[in-house]
Amino acid sequence: MNTVYILWLRQLKKYLRSTPRIIGSLGQPLLFLLVFGFGFGSIFAKAGEGSYIQFLVPGIVAMAVIFTAIFGGIELIWDRQFGFLKETMVAPVSRFNIMLGRTIGGATVSVIQGIAVLIISFFVGFKMHNPLMIFPALVFMFLTAFFFTALGTSIASRLMDMQAFPIIMNFLVMPLFFLSGSIFPLENAPKALQILSKVDPLTYGIDGLRYVFEGVSSLNPWADLVYLLGFSIIVFLVGRFLFERMEA
Amino acid sequence: MSKIIEVKNLNKKFGDFTAVNDISFSVEKGNIFAFLGPNGAGKTTTIKMLTTLLPPTSGNVKVNNFDLNTDRDEVRKSFGIVFQDPSLDDDLTAYENMNFHAVLYGVPKEEKEGRIEELLRLVDLLDRKNDYVKNYSGGMKRRLEIARSLIHNPEIIFLDEPTVGLDPQTRNHIWSYVVDLSKRKGVTVFLTTHYMEEAEKMADKIVVIDHGKIIGSGTSDSLKKDTGAESLEEAFLKLTGSEIRHDEAGSLDSLRTHARVWGRTRR
Repeated sequence: MNTVYILWLRQLKKYLRSTPRIIGSLGQPLLFLLVFGFGFGSIFAKAGEGSYIQFLVPGIVAMAVIFTAIFGGIELIWDRQFGFLKETMVAPVSRFNIMLGRTIGGATVSVIQGIAVLIISFFVGFKMHNPLMIFPALVFMFLTAFFFTALGTSIASRLMDMQAFPIIMNFLVMPLFFLSGSIFPLENAPKALQILSKVDPLTYGIDGLRYVFEGVSSLNPWADLVYLLGFSIIVFLVGRFLFERMEA
Repeated sequence: MSKIIEVKNLNKKFGDFTAVNDISFSVEKGNIFAFLGPNGAGKTTTIKMLTTLLPPTSGNVKVNNFDLNTDRDEVRKSFGIVFQDPSLDDDLTAYENMNFHAVLYGVPKEEKEGRIEELLRLVDLLDRKNDYVKNYSGGMKRRLEIARSLIHNPEIIFLDEPTVGLDPQTRNHIWSYVVDLSKRKGVTVFLTTHYMEEAEKMADKIVVIDHGKIIGSGTSDSLKKDTGAESLEEAFLKLTGSEIRHDEAGSLDSLRTHARVWGRTRR
């Protein structure tokens, strides 16, 4: 347990000490929030869907979470290249605990980032229907973050350098983001899109967040939770398998 | 004297390439043991196998009487290591790096603080313990790594080219810590170096490896006698030839470039 704790603490300290990183990773979600939020707001309202900001914020919070999380996972490459990974890999501790500590650490940092975006969104007019629902919101944010950190770690355990990072962002993370119903409702989307969105774990994360923030969602929030948990466990186990076979 | 490391018929193949070819040797407890060879000879691959970072293709290895294949965690507890490349977290302080290690190795809480302080004093870094490692010089980082590798009171310490790129003053300093450790605490030292005079001065036993095979072993004197050489350097060159070796282009170089492009601030 100490192993998990010290690895978690390390991620957290590194994050809090890196102000440029905190500000930098707020940039993109805020840009999306402002540009889409105000740009599409009136069309969305005219289409009879209500307030676009209310619709968009859960997606943007999730965006901050997943981008930070995937990067947190990919950071493994940096630890390998700068040698710190070897220091953890020669220690008499299980690979499982190392992976778990890293993943929980990365996920925690991502949740903090998501909360920061949520706070900012209150200033552009976002309202939660029940402030107490912040607690289940944290659960959905954490599970989403956990999934993407574990995904990033799995990918990083097979990559030797950072060159593939833009490919991962453009061909994996961005599609997962857009397919999840983060910035437009999926109900009236083409069938193909709807089917793809069903296998996108982020769909359930965002649907769950919509439920806790606004009290409405397209799926049952408990089903969202179960799917998200299932996806997270699967990707964590895959990641663990890859991590154990990785060369430091 | 008892053997603390025993290697029998150790092999490592990467595809068709044999990096380590059926080597056998042993290290006596409390000795300073030098493992020498030109670049690409198989030194680092061997150390990686002995320290559980790389599974051997075949062979038997016992470290501190524990079998490398079956008692991996016991083997891990038995040694400390200073890697060829730096392995500190630059964004943490010296103390935090030490503490991280102590927690991973399960050093009891009540002993931890005392040991960290003692070791930081040993390497003259106690007054800098709350500085970020990124502000340390190369020599200070090395000293910190040596201190870190000793927190869990290992029986053996592996030093993979610990003095590369350091000025003579720092090199001297580091070797004096090492000799001191070996003499005072009976820690077995397993080292590699390209500075033959360092090995000549300090090592109780020397093994020379080239192209994955052991091509000479003994004391500095016996190696000189066997090859009819005046110095260990000459003996080494006679054993390994004077052709220049191609070192593998480090992926680290390309990553450093990338790290700059991506902005190191993200770390």
